[in-house]
Amino acid sequence: MIPISLRRSLLFLLLSLSIGSIFFASATGSVSLGWSEWLTALQDSSSRHGELIWRLRLPRAMAAWVVGSMLAMSGCLMQVLLRNPLADPYVLGVSGGAAFATLLGMVMGVAVAYLPWLAILGALISILIVFGLARGTGPWSGTRLLLTGVVTASGWAALISLILSLSPDNSLRGMLFWLMGDLSYATLPWWSLLVLGGSLILTLGLARSLNVLAMGETTARLLGEPTRHMLWLVYLLASILTATAVSIAGSIGFVGLIVPHLMRLLVGSDHRILIPAATLFGGLFLVLSDTLARTVLSPQQLPVGVITALLGVPLFLLLLNRARLKGV
Amino acid sequence: MTLVCQSVDVSIAGKIICSQMNLELMPGQFWGLLGPNGIGKTTLLKCMAGLDPPDSGLVLLENQAIDKLPRRAVARLLGMLQQHTVYIFDASVLETAMTGRHPHLGYWEREGPQDKQKALAAIRAVDLEGFESRSVTGLSGGEARRLAFASLVVQEPAILLLDEPTNHLDMKHQIRIMNHVKAQIIKEQRSAMIAMHDVNLAARYCSHILMLYGDGDWQAGPVNELLNLENLERLYQCPVESVQTSSGRRFLPGN
Repeated sequence: MIPISLRRSLLFLLLSLSIGSIFFASATGSVSLGWSEWLTALQDSSSRHGELIWRLRLPRAMAAWVVGSMLAMSGCLMQVLLRNPLADPYVLGVSGGAAFATLLGMVMGVAVAYLPWLAILGALISILIVFGLARGTGPWSGTRLLLTGVVTASGWAALISLILSLSPDNSLRGMLFWLMGDLSYATLPWWSLLVLGGSLILTLGLARSLNVLAMGETTARLLGEPTRHMLWLVYLLASILTATAVSIAGSIGFVGLIVPHLMRLLVGSDHRILIPAATLFGGLFLVLSDTLARTVLSPQQLPVGVITALLGVPLFLLLLNRARLKGV
Repeated sequence: MTLVCQSVDVSIAGKIICSQMNLELMPGQFWGLLGPNGIGKTTLLKCMAGLDPPDSGLVLLENQAIDKLPRRAVARLLGMLQQHTVYIFDASVLETAMTGRHPHLGYWEREGPQDKQKALAAIRAVDLEGFESRSVTGLSGGEARRLAFASLVVQEPAILLLDEPTNHLDMKHQIRIMNHVKAQIIKEQRSAMIAMHDVNLAARYCSHILMLYGDGDWQAGPVNELLNLENLERLYQCPVESVQTSSGRRFLPGN
């Protein structure tokens, strides 16, 4: 953990790096631009390079940033909700519902522009199923929520496999890209910024409550939290963030797990600093991963989900191993 | 500040813990809650903290039904130390002690210098000085226990419910915590109810005793009226002997 006095500077650093990464992403690609080329292109959006930057790369980089931050924030919330540092945004089946609805749309030939709405619809159905079944009448039960969510997620996975096995070969590639998480066709709808901004403000206002909730339900109640309401609110917030992210870019894995984890190691578990740090770093991480996905085998483009997993898995194992050596 | 139980019935899984219990926790009183393992001391304390409602009867905090009050309002007046303290997420000792300020702060409010002073004082009081920036996940059982007590001190409730606070603690720290509670009760007119198994700590510190015999039988009153061989043998279902010491009567398991 870094000293408390440096934590604010870290947020500034992450913010600057985030902005820098978006500019970097806009200059890098199958056509790489030098510093002066990039500056001229940035000022003239109607030039050939200007169009490349303004119509293709910047929107994609912004979409990557927003999706990355939403997944990271959702991961932080899920980890408090389930009191488990290994929970991720997809564990309760939100992405499964979104993926099923989107793939069904693809099979039925729904126009690409409407697919995000199908994803949202599928995610909402999944949220309602899990919420309705796990709620019951008794007290809050994290175990029941987890079980309901995990089983629902497996149900969606089965339906997805069914669709994949029945689909014609020529549409399989697009579906697989979407399932792995892909930003190639991503656009950034205006309301997703509202979702991100609104969730961030709400979560920061409740950050001290999240600290207390992370200590267990009884402890939180004894410290004055109306835990039942709070936990459902956290569940809904995390689900809406995940649903929005998935509707933009498919199920990009590992961001929502590794980013909160890394930031916890760096700044500790105080959500007043953890949430903004994870949000900023999640965006940064996904912008860089997507840039890598576009360039590493250029002109071939990879789904960004493959990159996040390829980066995430060794990084995560390394961290776990270091933590073990230090005896934490 | 008073906590009152009016004709309270509490049970767990069909087993009656106490029936028609009437009790008043008045300022300046130090109650010991005694009973054999599994008799329902924790369940009763949770009920008194308003966490679970009684089967019938009322628990009143300042003359208002505790389950009708917002949790935040309850938490400013009443605090409870749970029997087990498990820290899953990494946080520093100081941050954890500071969580006791939670019910006193608004949504966007941060802890001020005063709150930090209170936390540091509580950490000193439980002998964890120098551990402020240590991670809670690396604490020993006894240290975690003392930290949980420190958080409760920082919460500054007028009514303290403590579920076996001296578990895992060595003799020095048992005495230290009991002295601290006693000092708060006397100096600041607070009140406490402590569930415990050490009859002699009860004899030394408590002003009142609540005994749970099982099947809903209970007895409550001043310590010198209740703490005798006959009641203790009935309570623990084993022979008990007593010895006279310089600081009063003490009890031992007999043959």
